[in-house]
Amino acid sequence: MKCVFVTVGTTSFDDLIARVSAHDTLQIFKSLGYNRLVLQIGRGKLVPEPFSTESFALDVYRYKDSLKEDLQKADLVISHAGAGSCLETLEKRKPLVVVVNEKLMNNHQLELAKQLHKDGHLFYCTCSTLPGLLQSMDLSTLKCFPPGQPEKFSAFLDKVVGLQ
Amino acid sequence: MASVLILVAAGAAVAALLALRLWVVLHSRVLGPRQSCSLLVVAGSGGHTTEILRLLENLSNAYSPRHYIIADTDEMSAHKIHSFEQNRADTTTMLSEYYIHRIPRSREVQQSWLSTVLTTLYSMWLSFPLTHKVKPDLVLCNGPGTCVPICISALLLGILGIKKVIIVYVESICRVEHLSLSGKILFHLSDYFIVQWPALKEKYPKSVYLGRIV
Repeated sequence: MKCVFVTVGTTSFDDLIARVSAHDTLQIFKSLGYNRLVLQIGRGKLVPEPFSTESFALDVYRYKDSLKEDLQKADLVISHAGAGSCLETLEKRKPLVVVVNEKLMNNHQLELAKQLHKDGHLFYCTCSTLPGLLQSMDLSTLKCFPPGQPEKFSAFLDKVVGLQ
Repeated sequence: MASVLILVAAGAAVAALLALRLWVVLHSRVLGPRQSCSLLVVAGSGGHTTEILRLLENLSNAYSPRHYIIADTDEMSAHKIHSFEQNRADTTTMLSEYYIHRIPRSREVQQSWLSTVLTTLYSMWLSFPLTHKVKPDLVLCNGPGTCVPICISALLLGILGIKKVIIVYVESICRVEHLSLSGKILFHLSDYFIVQWPALKEKYPKSVYLGRIV
């Protein structure tokens, strides 16, 4: 059971949801060997109809307390460019494709996607270029993502507030 | 005629005094060791809350009590905070003392700039009494619009001689090459401004760079 997990965090990203549940994209997933697609749609207005056939299943939900389980079961994660979604996925060592939402103001999320892509940790694209990327990408080229170091922050803070 | 001149002169004097007080507050550093540090954390929507809770994970129990401020339309953050504090209480022997306060959002995502000015002013009106009531030792924030009125309120506490509050701003990891709008404003008003990518450290040499901390 090879699974694709699509997540938009706490946002609304109907364009992405429409793109991944479109017939041609589902065909691409099938041809790549995936037989399950799980959509976490957040605040979105578009709610695709879930279905389950012999060869393919589609699940849809808005939120869960934690995406840990769905991330764990996923073989590929397609996510909006939110920092939380990206970091959680990369920390679980899952292949990640980030889809940038072109409708956001200043599109600050693009910077993070670009940098992480430059460092070799993920692929990124827009809704329209997603099908092309899915068919051409090589997931084995993705590099491991080292964890952040919050202890450096606490050490710094202890010093500046005088808690040492 | 004379009264107008006097009023203008008085206005200018007050403005100059406030500017001087602001300069003094921004350049003063809190001295002396302490046993505990009360914390005011500004939690914004979605990722902002997740990031700031990651920063708090490693902090010792001396950072207590913890006051969280969230936007009144943000139930997701309230939930995340309760989970976080519950987890913390489960893993330490000490009692968690924390509070969640709600204020109106400064701006919604994709809200027009003009109406943002009005909603921010309204947030200021409510932020100051809240900040004044809590009188934290430290304000910690990472960029949602909600944090600007709070930080300005904390500065006001200093300007009015009520309390010097340390303001620490951590720019989100999403900001690689350019600061957020909140970041650009608070870069000049915070005591410590932390960035997480080398490109920003180069552009803003006065910022603090500790590498990636989330």
